[in-house]
Amino acid sequence: MKGFKALFLKETRAYFNTPTAYIIAVVFLFCTGYFSAQPMFVLGQASVSGFLDLVPLLLTFFVPAITMRLFSEEQKAGTIELLQTLPVEDHEIVLSKYAAAVTLLWSLLALTLGFPVALGILGNLDWGATLVGYAGLALAAAMLAAVGLFASAMTRNQVVAFIVGWAGSFALYALGKVDALVPPWLSPFTDFMGLDAHIHGMARGVIDTRDLIYFASFGGVFLFLTLVRLWVSRTD
Amino acid sequence: MIHVDNLVRRYGETTAVAGISFEIPAREVVGFLGPNGAGKTTTLKVLTGFLLPSSGTVKVAGLDASTDPLGCRRSIGYLPENNPLYEDLEVAEYLEWCAAARGLESAKARSAVKSAIERCALGAVIGKDIGQLSKGFRQRVGLAAAILHDPPILLLDEPTSGLDPNQAAEVRALITELKKEKTVLYSSHILSEVKASCDRVLIIHRGQIVAQGSPAELEARSTGAQRLELVLAEESKAREAADFIRAVEGVESAEPRAAGGEAAVTIMTRAEAGDLRAKIFALAAEKRWPVLELYREGATLEDVFRSLTA
Repeated sequence: MKGFKALFLKETRAYFNTPTAYIIAVVFLFCTGYFSAQPMFVLGQASVSGFLDLVPLLLTFFVPAITMRLFSEEQKAGTIELLQTLPVEDHEIVLSKYAAAVTLLWSLLALTLGFPVALGILGNLDWGATLVGYAGLALAAAMLAAVGLFASAMTRNQVVAFIVGWAGSFALYALGKVDALVPPWLSPFTDFMGLDAHIHGMARGVIDTRDLIYFASFGGVFLFLTLVRLWVSRTD
Repeated sequence: MIHVDNLVRRYGETTAVAGISFEIPAREVVGFLGPNGAGKTTTLKVLTGFLLPSSGTVKVAGLDASTDPLGCRRSIGYLPENNPLYEDLEVAEYLEWCAAARGLESAKARSAVKSAIERCALGAVIGKDIGQLSKGFRQRVGLAAAILHDPPILLLDEPTSGLDPNQAAEVRALITELKKEKTVLYSSHILSEVKASCDRVLIIHRGQIVAQGSPAELEARSTGAQRLELVLAEESKAREAADFIRAVEGVESAEPRAAGGEAAVTIMTRAEAGDLRAKIFALAAEKRWPVLELYREGATLEDVFRSLTA
């Protein structure tokens, strides 16, 4: 546990003591602000549904940008050898990096809470649905972070890690959008695999165990695969 | 302290380490010699637990690496080949992080960092980013991190490679100092260095141990032909001396050569002849040759190394 704490603090510092976190925060706030302010002015609605719709797509870019360095950098610099010869378990290594990425992602989402607050002041906002929707986004971000972390563990090249992480995330995002395009017998499958249905469910303010299971199991699978990857690197 | 039994490590089709066994008792300093690609680094990586063995057993500090890998790693200080470090951390920050990641209590961590900084003479650079350091200082940072938690065992993978002679001497001095209290296994291909600081040498070639013993033992082992050099003050005597020496029993050949006013005779002895220096000296005395030097270019560690790994 001490090992986890030290590794986690180091990863978090690597984000927040360098420009990385701040550049990402500025760009993220700019994108979300621009697109979510539009319905307010154009449609005159006090609703975050447009925002909740948009953020998953943004996350497919931002999450791999955040996670791409986590393992790739260590593999390229050879410092992975320092990490893997410390008296810490491999799962502590994986979880500490994962936790640092999720901390940054949740901080970004927390920063955007300014939009619903502004909407709440200007109009009549359904706070219950908004907060459940935010929880859905937070879970989706954490799930995609596991995908990105796995992509990073697979290569020593950060650009490849980004592209693979993005492709994986985007595939999950896109599966939720192909309902109209696939044969009807396939649509329950794409519906379940895709991000959309799960985020929309929560954006309506409904907490459904199936959504929670979806986020947890996908995230868990990719974290496990990352752990397997580390183990394989010792035997390869 | 270190016990390796029939260790095999493959990378896919290639076998890097092909069944080696050795034992290193406590407080022994062992040099790990071998040409590049012989399997030195792989062996060290298996000992640290970074790689798992394909087969065979590794015991470190009495613990089995397969059942208690963390315990093993706790008792090892490791300097990997090429010394990878977190370039964007400051020296002190990095060492503090190492201490924390190894689970040292904060008071103990502080004193450990302080003493590692002192021992490796890092005082001048503690606030600098590791990325800005010269190679010599980087190496010291790596060593400081390796000794930080006061492990009983040190595994150093080519600790002096790429250093200038002064820096290499500093690192060697540090190793010599450490050898009083620690078990050290370090790989190198600088033979003079190994000879100077190691109690014992393991020579590995194509994944197998081809020789082991103290440097003196290994040198003695190569009892083959010896080369003697006889240096005379008068150039003119060289040819005559060579002719007489050729007649001595056990001499294979004697070649005269003149160099800068002096004459030298290079004598090769037969393998079974043993040491002929006394005989040659007696001959020189009898003939009243003005002898300046007579010495044996006996088998060096280098000869042994070459003959075993060529």
